[in-house]
Amino acid sequence: MPAIEILGLEKTYMVGFWRKRPKCALSPLQLTVEDGEIFGFLGPNGAGKTTTLKLLMGLVFPTAGTARILGREWTDPSVKAQIGFLPEQPYFYDYLTAHELLEYYGQLSGVPAKQRKPRVEQVLQQVGLRDVQGVQLRKFSKGMLQRVGIAQAILHNPRLVFFDEPMSGLDPMGRREVRDLMEQLKHEGKTVFFSTHILSDAEALCDRVAIIHKGELRGVGAIEDLTSSVQGKVEVIWQGSQVPASVKALGAECHVTGDRVRAIIDEHQQDAVIDALRRERQHLIAITPVRTSLEAYFVEKLRRAETTAGSTA
Amino acid sequence: MRTRIAYIASNTFREAVRDRVLYNLIAFALLLSGAAILVGQISIEIEKLVVINLGLTAVSLFGVVIAIFIGIGLVSKEIEKRTLYTVLSRPVRRWEFIVGKFFGLAGTLVVNTFFMAIGVFAALFYISHKFVPADALILVALYFIVLEFLIICSLALLFSSFSSPLLSAVFAFSLFVIGSFAEDLRNFAGMAHGFTRWLATGAAYLVPNFSAFNVISSIAHEQPVAAQLVLQNTLYALFYAIMALSGAVLIFEYRDLK
Repeated sequence: MPAIEILGLEKTYMVGFWRKRPKCALSPLQLTVEDGEIFGFLGPNGAGKTTTLKLLMGLVFPTAGTARILGREWTDPSVKAQIGFLPEQPYFYDYLTAHELLEYYGQLSGVPAKQRKPRVEQVLQQVGLRDVQGVQLRKFSKGMLQRVGIAQAILHNPRLVFFDEPMSGLDPMGRREVRDLMEQLKHEGKTVFFSTHILSDAEALCDRVAIIHKGELRGVGAIEDLTSSVQGKVEVIWQGSQVPASVKALGAECHVTGDRVRAIIDEHQQDAVIDALRRERQHLIAITPVRTSLEAYFVEKLRRAETTAGSTA
Repeated sequence: MRTRIAYIASNTFREAVRDRVLYNLIAFALLLSGAAILVGQISIEIEKLVVINLGLTAVSLFGVVIAIFIGIGLVSKEIEKRTLYTVLSRPVRRWEFIVGKFFGLAGTLVVNTFFMAIGVFAALFYISHKFVPADALILVALYFIVLEFLIICSLALLFSSFSSPLLSAVFAFSLFVIGSFAEDLRNFAGMAHGFTRWLATGAAYLVPNFSAFNVISSIAHEQPVAAQLVLQNTLYALFYAIMALSGAVLIFEYRDLK
């Protein structure tokens, strides 16, 4: 059973004061997220990521379409007991302390009274917030608030967690900790759906990603599938400072750095290059298939979308 | 469901209790009760009348200010600051949120009224050095004031569910002022003709009739309050509050939280 099935969810806002005109925030979206995976929802600012999350959380109502979460209608209140949500740039009741806030959210999420206190301590430890007892949230830094946000999202031990830009406002250590936490959640069998525009985070964490731009889904798939699109190219690295003429003759793109040479060649030339290096008694270090980075794939998708939009205009 | 409403109400109460402005208003109201003693001392033989009149008016007015001040932000501020997102993404229904907020604010006002009432009774004791059975009538006036607060709370919540805090304050305060003259509006409707009569009658019955809750003056003169009025005002306040609250729920249920 998929964790999330988005079946044509669509959102159009009416904008303008006197003359209202429709503005499409999300075109009909079809998306499936499997149980137990870390799924990245990528897109530039204003792409429709937050709108999608708000629709799934029931904070805004769709113009059309439906969704299923954990096998049930997404509007079913019982579903919400099994999901956690971190909004973008979260803001909390600043007159409360972190303990009070989590206690309150624990109450609303139905965490049994006896388990609440130890669970609050546990999640605060988990997100790296120690010694914050008695400190009101109004005195917390942005990064600390982000950690509180993550803590409240996982407090009730949900099966599915939605994070909207979870790395926002965090320093490099904090980002690393959040990445570790997300991997830990996956290890515990939970599904993580997170939106981001930081592609390196997605590349390091996600099993699959979807790319959204101007409210439309532009691509979806496993990271390996999306990043192996430089078809038939391999990178050969060997020790040396010169490129043998026989390798040059193959038209290889070569770069010499110190005592190493990197050459990008067609896959079918691989054997010929290895033979040439053997003949020249060069020490082969590595042969790896060339992958595009997720960033390159992302930029290409967005460019293509812009071109299509330009040509239809 | 009931517990979730109670949790939201208790958090709303905690928010109000931690708001410094609230203490300023209560202090000011108590100060006014104290000032009543001074005014009473220069009003020969009517000290008690002055103390009851001024004291209860202070309780009523400052309570209204607190109800409007806190009530107008209950929903709109939560939307504006996005604190609502982490509440409504839990198993909390929108109507539970509104009802919880209402009880939280109503609870805050009841507690405030209790403390301000202590101030009034202290001032009364200071000038009379004793209590008489007729002083128990003050409790009736205080009960009516609380009923008035329930209506104002629900109206503030209603306005807060669809407009900005500033506009909500203007709407709620205007309704309070008009409602205080509801009796006059009804009299005017009785004298008017044609379309004006129709309009005035509609307005007179739509606005909350706060004038029916104002028994301060008659109580200060130790005139008893009919049990029928107590029952009538109780039912009216409950009906009006439920209606306004239902309106707030209805609007909020279909509102996009952008």
